[in-house]
Amino acid sequence: MSEFLSKKSLKLLTDPLNDNNPITVQVLGICSALAVTVKVEPAIVMGISVMVVTAMANLIVSLLRNSIPDRIRIIVQLVIVAALVIIVDQVLKAYAYDVSKQLSVFVGLIITNCIIMGRLEAFALANKPGASFLDGIGNGLGYAVILIIIAVIRELFGAGTITLPGLGELHVVPQAFYDFGYKNNGLVILPPMALIVVGLIIWFQRAKNKGLIESK
Amino acid sequence: MENLINIFVKSIFIDNMVFAYFLGMCSFLAVSKTVKTSTGLGLAVIFVLGITVPVDYLLNEYILKPGALAWLSPKYAEVDLSFLSFIIFIAIIASMVQLVEMIVEKFAPSLYASLGIFLPLIAVNCAILGGSLFMQERDYQSVAEATSFALGSGIGWFLAIVGIAAIREKIKYSNVPAPLRGLGITFIVTGLMAIAFMSFMGIKL
Amino acid sequence: MKKDSNLYIFMYASIMVIIVAAVLSFTAETLKPIQKQNVKVEKIQNILSSVGIKSTKQNAEEMFDKYIPNNNRILINSKGEKVEGNAFNINLKIENSKAIDQRSLPLFIVNMDDGTKKTIVPLLGTGLWGPIWGYIAFEPDNNTIFGAIFDHKGETPGLGAEISKDWFQKPFKGKTIFEGDKFVSITVHKGGHGAAERAGDTKHGVDAISGGTITSKGLEKMVYESLEGYQSYFKENK
Repeated sequence: MSEFLSKKSLKLLTDPLNDNNPITVQVLGICSALAVTVKVEPAIVMGISVMVVTAMANLIVSLLRNSIPDRIRIIVQLVIVAALVIIVDQVLKAYAYDVSKQLSVFVGLIITNCIIMGRLEAFALANKPGASFLDGIGNGLGYAVILIIIAVIRELFGAGTITLPGLGELHVVPQAFYDFGYKNNGLVILPPMALIVVGLIIWFQRAKNKGLIESK
Repeated sequence: MENLINIFVKSIFIDNMVFAYFLGMCSFLAVSKTVKTSTGLGLAVIFVLGITVPVDYLLNEYILKPGALAWLSPKYAEVDLSFLSFIIFIAIIASMVQLVEMIVEKFAPSLYASLGIFLPLIAVNCAILGGSLFMQERDYQSVAEATSFALGSGIGWFLAIVGIAAIREKIKYSNVPAPLRGLGITFIVTGLMAIAFMSFMGIKL
Repeated sequence: MKKDSNLYIFMYASIMVIIVAAVLSFTAETLKPIQKQNVKVEKIQNILSSVGIKSTKQNAEEMFDKYIPNNNRILINSKGEKVEGNAFNINLKIENSKAIDQRSLPLFIVNMDDGTKKTIVPLLGTGLWGPIWGYIAFEPDNNTIFGAIFDHKGETPGLGAEISKDWFQKPFKGKTIFEGDKFVSITVHKGGHGAAERAGDTKHGVDAISGGTITSKGLEKMVYESLEGYQSYFKENK
């Protein structure tokens, strides 16, 4: 247990949240990130699914790391990830049917989410299972956080609501605003704005953290 | 025939892989620094999509779909293997990419020199798996429809990456705010391009 | 055994495939009944809500049997004659791809609490991004709409997706689909709030969703094409 709470493992968890965020810094896994951010609820579910898959895949690959033949390494990893994703998809269809309909093909696309393969290659193959598991959770969390930030911005400005699991649609913008002529911004909900919102988040993050600025 | 053209045009402009579904964004951002490499990757995507989607279509139609095994024997009509589709699709994509790479290397060395390095990258490109998954979800009626969807999506992706690469080449000479440089401005420009592409949505086909 | 020998790789791959296959089949088989139940319950809830009957996930099936007993779920053909089969299990997608006179058309007849009988017709069509569907319930005259609900797979939230909202569905109530003896279906009028009124079409028209034109037009087409086949039945059973 002491190993679990040491500074090093804490760093594994918190690093991907900001300085080494998989989306805004490592530029991984954007494919499946943006299409599910129209509402907060699917974004949360997607974030959790990715976190589970990353953590479990990291754990399994790390356990097997000494037995995997080098020549079929990639295929073995793909199969493990694909199997985990199928399980997640089946579970969602059974226990979170409404959300799974909204996520549609994007659950399947977790397989090609570069975060997962990237972490397997870069971390799990060379580290102990415990550390790999934490690394998976951390990166999954970093992914989820960005997803949820984007979703909150888009749903709040686009539809004036926030949809949370178990609570349903909450109308956050008070009616009085609408009475004064406030309108929901339909553009925020359309695909292009997801990209622009990510761009702005990156801008914000790098303005705070000068070390991340790219050289010319 | 009209239907095929319809699907083709729609998947290039309206259901554009990058701008409407954000598929293949990782390589889209990583490889779009120059027009030349982008062209190579774009062509490779068209090529691989054009092969894997029809193959996955046939597999889906005759093996995976609920009741798809009925052609073997009526007693299999109840079997539903669709839960295996993710793993089968990704396996087909990975092996197809490998196969294509070997064939191209053997018979068209010059093509291999320009395309070759991109092929392994493509196996984990979401646009390719996304192509197969959308094909399954939209339930196309024939191989021809699936193929025209695949080629259309590929060309749409090609247009997107070549377009962004051309813009990025010019952006190098602009004075972009430091924190936005590189990744940030690329996202925003892609967003603006996506807005431009949305104007195609009014097309009546 | 050496790790990079062919035999080892082959064995490794085989064992992996067997384990993965076993795990996946097990998960799929265990969860399948729950998944099927989800789909069924959702369909029932949709059907019932088109006549304003609220049901929960738990009591959906019970309510369904109460209001629409099994022999009220019938199939007809385009001539209005009853044919063999159960309306609940029909696959609309397959039926819609056939010529109209080949189709089996599903009908649900509801025994309402007030003793009247309403008729529900399922709809299926295409919106902007993918399929849209819904259920329309008719008064006993089989002309006046009693209620309608629509849903969609992935229409744009805030725009096309509004078809699943109350404000869009409510105005369907009271509209008629026949002008005299002629089948006119429902028209969706562009131009924001009150567009149908301004067009002077209060009998067969409703307002479109501003910004969701393609979905609205898709919906109009869906209603027309889905109801087309029922004309003879509706005329005979006024």
